[in-house]
Amino acid sequence: MYRVVKIEKIKDEAKGIKTFRFHDSHKVEPGQFYMIWLPGVDEFPMSVSYVHDLKGVTVKKIGKGTEKMHGMKEGDKLWIRGPYGHGFKVEKGKALVVGGGSGMATLAPLIEKLKDYEVIIAARNKEELLFTERFKDVKIATDDGSLGYHGFATELAEIMLEENTYDVIYTCGPEPMMAKMVEIAKKRGIKIQASLERFMKCGIGICDSCSINGYRVCVDGPVFSSPLLFEMDELGKEKRRPSGLKVKI
Amino acid sequence: MLQVKVGTLNLRNPLILASGILDESGETMLRIAKNGAGGIVTKSIGIKEREGYENPVVYEFPGHMGLLNAIGLANPGIENYGEEIRIAKKGGVPIIGSIFGSNEDEFAYLGKKMEEYGADAIELNLSCPHAKGYGMEIGIDTELVERIVKKVKREVKIPVWAKLTPNTSNIVDIAKSAENADALVVINTVKGLAIDIDARMPVLSNIYGGYSGKCIKPIGVRAVYDIRREMDIPILGVGGVENYRDVIEYMMAGANAVEIGTAIRYKGINVFEEIAKNMESWMKENGFENAEELVGIVQRR
Ligand SMILES: Cc1cc2nc3c(=O)[nH]c(=O)nc-3n(C[C@H](O)[C@H](O)[C@H](O)COP(=O)(O)OP(=O)(O)OC[C@H]3O[C@@H](n4cnc5c(N)ncnc54)[C@H](O)[C@@H]3O)c2cc1C
Ligand SMILES: Cc1cc2nc3c(=O)[nH]c(=O)nc-3n(C[C@H](O)[C@H](O)[C@H](O)COP(=O)(O)O)c2cc1C
Ligand code: FES
Repeated sequence: MYRVVKIEKIKDEAKGIKTFRFHDSHKVEPGQFYMIWLPGVDEFPMSVSYVHDLKGVTVKKIGKGTEKMHGMKEGDKLWIRGPYGHGFKVEKGKALVVGGGSGMATLAPLIEKLKDYEVIIAARNKEELLFTERFKDVKIATDDGSLGYHGFATELAEIMLEENTYDVIYTCGPEPMMAKMVEIAKKRGIKIQASLERFMKCGIGICDSCSINGYRVCVDGPVFSSPLLFEMDELGKEKRRPSGLKVKI
Repeated sequence: MLQVKVGTLNLRNPLILASGILDESGETMLRIAKNGAGGIVTKSIGIKEREGYENPVVYEFPGHMGLLNAIGLANPGIENYGEEIRIAKKGGVPIIGSIFGSNEDEFAYLGKKMEEYGADAIELNLSCPHAKGYGMEIGIDTELVERIVKKVKREVKIPVWAKLTPNTSNIVDIAKSAENADALVVINTVKGLAIDIDARMPVLSNIYGGYSGKCIKPIGVRAVYDIRREMDIPILGVGGVENYRDVIEYMMAGANAVEIGTAIRYKGINVFEEIAKNMESWMKENGFENAEELVGIVQRR
């Protein structure tokens, strides 16, 4: 069953990215997601980017559903179910958080819970950087060099890992980025957690459409940890279409 | 203690994963096999790749009242399914290839392919759309069911199971039209509809869906009981099995084994191991040495 929530606030965050705030009394762990239904349009998963009383989802416009959502106004309604899935587990020690593109939406509530950490926020260019105001003292990387480190988040991460000692890495972003971070963590023997994305239908662990290497992103994930992540050979390489057909990423 | 036979197929326990639930990918099926299932039925596979209907395709009723689904027969297409079967087979339990088509030739082709891929049996999903349309299912046309079963039986050597729809006025007539099959699987989902009153529209993009979960168990048990009363064919009981008592109930009504789907939503993939353990204890306490002794014991012929 859905809960109908009223959009209280909408904020432009970055190019093509908006945050929608609404009240929902359900307790949410950082990394969990809602299924959001826009009646007559589509239903899709969205990470919860604000987990306290006034909840939030931070949505990048990429297709017909998210475009429709971007056209909504304060006072409009959303149909939600969830929160679903397993979120991040806060580990002891110093953390390196690596967020690419809209992946920062998933990581943001986690960062609010961490004590000893450094954050890399990355995007293709400076217009697409997300939450650089929400979190101060962050490292920035842009593919085109328009702000911060000129290059990929993973390259900046390697430099930081060379100079400092970290106990755990948390990451969310484009899959090639996460796959690379997992590879780096494995090589360096550091624990890692990554929040994965796959096409979702049921969101409740019965349809198998979101599975990666036999694990359901919607129930067993979306946050997976090492060493399981080290064994997932589909990560960064293969995903399934809505039909279930496995295709190269 | 829990070993059972369904025709010539030996199962380590009578708890089979039902079609359409966590059985699209070979690796998920392998994981379920490692978690105690006695057998696995694949997702229903057709001739061509299909994305299925648009979201929402699953609706969960509040208060553990079951699920309504209209996935829309999403599947990667039979030509792309060999690898998934190959991986699933590593689990060491029988893999039953579920197939759907629109006529007997398609079913026969799909059946042969499944056999070639190494499936241990075939399950005919007769709850797919009838060419005549109007939301009619193939499985309520007794003549067509008979033709499909006979044709697939002629074309393959592995056992052929026919899965029946409850959305008919007389399931026993349908069962009799499928008597050439090696086993009957009863029941598929019950046709239903859910409306979101705030949105003022049906929830599922397909409007109609199939109802599953513990609320449909009495419908399934009744179908098994009625068919067993008139036929000696092996039967797989499906619909709302969540715990060991449900399994025993189906078996007492006349099922040789059961299939489990929706329960995974509530019990997780450990549901098979949990049921197996509890079923063994119940059998010991109640003086049963072999699960097959349970089959049909409430029948009054
Ligand atoms: C666990 C999880 C958390 C997510 N969190 C966020 C988030 O915080 N912010 C954000 O902007 N995006 C997030 N996404 C991605 C988001 O779900 C898609 O961008 C959205 O579904 C696109 O919908 P659409 O109708 O606009 O796109 P469409 O036009 O329908 O499709 C465009 C692309 O979007 C993706 N997509 C579409 N439908 C789904 C679906 N049901 N499940 C998964 N992917 C889909 C596919 O890659 C597809 O090719 C998350 C995805 C997952 C799985
Ligand atoms: C999400 C979902 C998808 C299903 N897909 C199929 C399918 O592809 N083929 C089929 O024969 N039955 C399918 N079914 C029906 C189940 O196999 C089963 O007959 C039904 O759900 C009743 O059992 P249950 O109450 O244990 O779930 C599906 C059921 C669900 C919930
Ligand atoms: S979306 Fe259905 S199993 Fe994950």
